[in-house]
Amino acid sequence: MKRLIGGALVCLASALPLASAYAFCGFYVAGGDAQLFNEASQVVLVRDGDRTVITMANDFKGDVTEFALVVPVPTVIEKSQIHIGDIKYIQRIDAFTAPRLVEYFDANPCRLAVQEMAAPSAAKALMRGGRSDEIRNMQLGVTIEARYTVGEYDILLLSAKQSTGLAIWLRENNYRVPDGAARVLTSYIRDGMKFFVAKVNLKEQQKLGFTTLRPIQIAYEDARFTLPIRLGMANANGPQDLLVYAITRQGRVETTNYRTVKLPSDVEIPDFVKDDFANFYRDMFREQVRKNDSQVVFTEYAWNLSWCDPCASAPLTPDELRGLGVFWLDGTQPSGRGGAQDAFVTRLHVRYDAQHFPMDLVLQVTSDRTNFQGRYVMRHFWKGDESCPAAQQYRAGLAKRRADQARALADLTGWDLGTIRGRMAVAADWTAPEDRLKWWQRIWKD
Amino acid sequence: MDPRLYQIASLSTLLVFGVARLDFQIDALTIAIALGVTQLTQLACTRIWRLPAFDPKSALISGLGLCLLLRTNSPWLLTLAAVITIAGKFVIRWRGKHVFNPTNFSLVVMMLLGGVWVSPGQWGSIAFYGFLVACLGGLVVSRAARSDVTYAFLGSYTGILFGRALWLGLPFTIPLHQLENGAFLIFTFFMISDPKTTPDSRAGRMVFAFLVAAGATFIQFGLHRTNGLLWALAAFAMTVPLIDRFLPGKRYGWGRTSTPEHRAPAHRLAVALARPSRAHFGWSVPGASLSNALAPSRTTAADAVFRAVRERSCS
Repeated sequence: MKRLIGGALVCLASALPLASAYAFCGFYVAGGDAQLFNEASQVVLVRDGDRTVITMANDFKGDVTEFALVVPVPTVIEKSQIHIGDIKYIQRIDAFTAPRLVEYFDANPCRLAVQEMAAPSAAKALMRGGRSDEIRNMQLGVTIEARYTVGEYDILLLSAKQSTGLAIWLRENNYRVPDGAARVLTSYIRDGMKFFVAKVNLKEQQKLGFTTLRPIQIAYEDARFTLPIRLGMANANGPQDLLVYAITRQGRVETTNYRTVKLPSDVEIPDFVKDDFANFYRDMFREQVRKNDSQVVFTEYAWNLSWCDPCASAPLTPDELRGLGVFWLDGTQPSGRGGAQDAFVTRLHVRYDAQHFPMDLVLQVTSDRTNFQGRYVMRHFWKGDESCPAAQQYRAGLAKRRADQARALADLTGWDLGTIRGRMAVAADWTAPEDRLKWWQRIWKD
Repeated sequence: MDPRLYQIASLSTLLVFGVARLDFQIDALTIAIALGVTQLTQLACTRIWRLPAFDPKSALISGLGLCLLLRTNSPWLLTLAAVITIAGKFVIRWRGKHVFNPTNFSLVVMMLLGGVWVSPGQWGSIAFYGFLVACLGGLVVSRAARSDVTYAFLGSYTGILFGRALWLGLPFTIPLHQLENGAFLIFTFFMISDPKTTPDSRAGRMVFAFLVAAGATFIQFGLHRTNGLLWALAAFAMTVPLIDRFLPGKRYGWGRTSTPEHRAPAHRLAVALARPSRAHFGWSVPGASLSNALAPSRTTAADAVFRAVRERSCS
């Protein structure tokens, strides 16, 4: 029996003590992508006016015969409105917009005139038709508006008169419909929504030679700008993560029925985080969700797609953006790396459950083009051996800086301060062994 | 007590709370522009329309309203919005009565022009019940001046949301979530309750409140557009002259001590001609200072009539 996949949308299924002029300099050293989160769904939403292109990443792992996707859609979708995308574009925009760790090196305090300005671096089924089926469909009040095979998917567009009929129809056609789903289906049916149902056509999949399921893309024109999450919660075991990459011409995207807040950013943290950035990002997100009573949607990135600083990965090319459905790029732009793009991306991250997110996400495009990124700063302390008065003063201030970094990290992630101090390998007064070296000990380091 | 003082205190508290706790994306410059330009425009309009005195309170309320609701990256658009908010209430009048709630009018015009946005989700449902108590407290303090429109709107909108939930089979957590919103409270208690832009008769106000509630839900759920409350209020404000015609009532006066029925005939005439206004969330103001003009100890009734006629002809 097919399992309606949960998850995404859809399925049924500073404290920065740096001169501001240098705020965006630094080496990008680590990023956190969506793979860090279990149960995370990814959706790319391209929106301009009432036109929408939605790309749903498919991270389904398991027997593909078990896969089924049911998405409420506002209108009947024609075959030409459906496209099978490429997961690599979603991975690209995920990497490009992910929270990032940047590193700076303290300058020699004895030579204040010398300031390095590091250049940003890119681092890293359908059913057989038949008379008896039609009669049964009529009995249940379910109408198959259209059926297509696109790529490796068999797709049905269903409309229904009543949710019980639709739930029975889905069960009779081997979809595992959770108990709570019928009530949710009712509201969508009465609101005039249709249902986009996809499952894998094994023959086509073998013919095409793909081993993983590719993203499904749908283009439609409708005033609604929402992400239906309620069906996905019907059979959820706990909170689920959803990452939305919204690309518009106008500016930042936000939710109108939930608070949208920016993830804390530009915070200086201890340098051991460099080797543990994945856990840092995961725990920081969990802690920020907790601090906001699990009731907000986080903005993790909002930036003009023409550039980035520092870049977590190379900017998306016009070809890649068109692959994600950015329909207003007409092919006249250069297809090389980066370049000016008439597009603005917002990365939204939400951890939702039925208790705190009773409604589907309703979105709006704003005129806000202020750039924002989730960015965490690691500063390498100067370790030179000079002993001018400025250097002595610098060394005397290190303990306080370490303490500030540790507290900021504890505040961000909820990690225990004592544990952080242990990982920083410093004493209880936040001094490190090298702070206490005599000047001659700094000369002969062996 | 002048109810505007309570409103200024409430809105200032909301603004401080929004900036400190809800990460409102506004800075000191935004607040300075919104408050400063509304005051300057008020001063300029006071001179142009030759009002007897400058009254900063209503313009302050309007400025605070802009800080709470309007978002833009452009200081120029914010300046324009502040000018429209104040100038609009001097310019757009029908038979001596304001057509639009000033802040509402400004928001709608600016949204049509583009470059600005309103974030109804910015409040979340944090401290919702604290807001509610503060808003209800305001009604008590202000002696419920025309608060019937607030209650009527509250009833209509709540009824429609729950009715829709029943019809669609939605759990009641959804309409509750829609109501537990600071933006909704601000609209209900500080904007639609503007006595100078609501119908004169109680029956008319009931009709008006229902129309705004129905219009807002239609815009939100039928047209799928955001900020249905703001669009609906602006749209149905234009029907108020019509409602007043079919359901006439007594014009709202400037406080208990200066309402027409408590004044000499000359005062009544003056009030009837000038229709002085009252402040609320950017309520109209040109006539606010008329109470000074009407004070018998300082001026004659004939002066008051003269000033009122002059003001009316200017606007």
